[in-house]
Amino acid sequence: MTEQLPTDKTEQLPPGLQLEKVDDRIMTLNVGPQHPGSGHMRIIVKIDGDYIVDADPDPGYVHRGEEKMAEVRNYLLNIPHLERPVIHDSCNILYPYVLGVEDIVGIEVPERAKYVRVIAAELNRCVYIQYWLAIYGIFLGHSTMFMWPAGDRELLIDLLEKMTGARVTHSYFIPGGVRNDIPANFEDVCLRQVNYFEKRIKEYADIFYDNPILKARTEDTGVLSAQDAIRLGTTGSVLRASGIDYDVRVKEPYDVYEELDVHTNVLKDGDSYARSKIPWLDMLESCNIIRQALEKMPKSGSVRTKLKPNPKGVGNNEVYKRVESGRGSAGMHIISNGKPEPYRVKISPGSFRNLIALPYLLKGEKLGNMPAVYWSLNYWPVEADR
Amino acid sequence: MSSTNSQTNTAKEDNKEAPPKPAAEKPAPPKPEETLPAFEKELTDRIVNQFSGDAEVGYDKENRTRINVKKEKILDVAKFIKDQTPFDHAESVSGVDFPEDKEIEVVYHLGSYTDNRYSKQILALSTRAPREEIPNPGNDSTKLPSLRDVFYSVEFHERECFEMFGVYFDGHPDNRRLLLPEDWADIPPLRKDFRNKGR
Repeated sequence: MTEQLPTDKTEQLPPGLQLEKVDDRIMTLNVGPQHPGSGHMRIIVKIDGDYIVDADPDPGYVHRGEEKMAEVRNYLLNIPHLERPVIHDSCNILYPYVLGVEDIVGIEVPERAKYVRVIAAELNRCVYIQYWLAIYGIFLGHSTMFMWPAGDRELLIDLLEKMTGARVTHSYFIPGGVRNDIPANFEDVCLRQVNYFEKRIKEYADIFYDNPILKARTEDTGVLSAQDAIRLGTTGSVLRASGIDYDVRVKEPYDVYEELDVHTNVLKDGDSYARSKIPWLDMLESCNIIRQALEKMPKSGSVRTKLKPNPKGVGNNEVYKRVESGRGSAGMHIISNGKPEPYRVKISPGSFRNLIALPYLLKGEKLGNMPAVYWSLNYWPVEADR
Repeated sequence: MSSTNSQTNTAKEDNKEAPPKPAAEKPAPPKPEETLPAFEKELTDRIVNQFSGDAEVGYDKENRTRINVKKEKILDVAKFIKDQTPFDHAESVSGVDFPEDKEIEVVYHLGSYTDNRYSKQILALSTRAPREEIPNPGNDSTKLPSLRDVFYSVEFHERECFEMFGVYFDGHPDNRRLLLPEDWADIPPLRKDFRNKGR
């Protein structure tokens, strides 16, 4: 007994405001944007009983027009606002922009600055993953897994504060190096804190990753095969959890990653459990990278090549740079036309690329498994919206 | 005396060493320039020769190549790339507005996960659509064939390009808005004639 609307009335409505026909079996459920379990986005889920038959992600609630803003500011003024899409990983999202501008402006980076950048980027990756892990824990009902990463994250935030002067929004990388040198006793403090941090996160295995309740909830849910991971163009932890060995730090090393021994973590299963375990393994790997970088870093020297005020594009007029961020490859396509402002800046972050997997993975899952699948994608809504 | 001797000695040594040094050093820097773009050049030549007249090489740089294609042939070129080269996914799709040329450019950045030799490579496949002064997204001549059936991963990127530049992708199954609100009533915001408020 569904009441039909007059057809001529629905046809007059503009696109996007169409009324849906009522179905007595399929129910439409809006998860978000106010729901805390979705982040700043809406997932329109169609359910049949307890099973999801269709899922349609609706991002854009935090779209701030970063790409448009970048066209009216010069290369240096772009730095603080381009890291806003993901402030918890601000060094890594800024990295491709800085590498690209160095190509466009034609400037060399001192050796010591490259090591400082790698250390800051790896610390920041851990800070981001800890934040993500806290959210993943709380949405699976594991409140200890919220408290522990949120607390241990402070260790590295303190380190980054010593380096950059800011806790979260660092604006530390600039074309030609980093903004300021690290403090005098930084190496010892960093080594001590990172060693302690590594000891702490190894304990997460006992409480979280080897926990039978977590395994029961996440294993064999939202399975993404290797073929589909490639076809959908996923990246980062989603791709590596499906058995594809691809990490930009290894495949196309930037700065000094070539001189460091970076191990790529790959798991074969492609389910939510594997996707949630890869970032944790990445944190352990980051600790290794930081120790290597601290050892190999030149103990003194410049950390910054001075730029001319208002630099103009003189080198390449078009670059596409990418780095491995906490959520996968972050790419920037920068076009210069010889003016102090870039002609076009296109950001292609990992979150936006992984979003396409969400409707694919949710089809056929139980509604109760939705948080386990959704958060395992390592998705950051603000970054995808830009 | 000893000092002068040592100086002359060193000078002699320098003279002896000086000729081989540049000879040993000089071939080293051009080598990567010669060998590295060779791989890229071979790749782009293979694609461009297949479509002579409709496709041209934009640039061959280290790990980065670019091919400009006429919009009528973009689907054929994409199919050829998908079938005959290891490129298997799209990393990014950028729209670029050129009001002076009355054209909007769409650049697909393609990458490869499957072939290790190509894992560094990014192929920029670009095409241009006509641009109208007063845009009417979806109902004007700013249209391109969609590559979604060839590279599935472009689906959301093309949706974003449609709302931000007004480029309608023919054959795309889901040409809805993605990031902008449903009631957005202004021109596509990443076009150059859209002004930021207060600027």
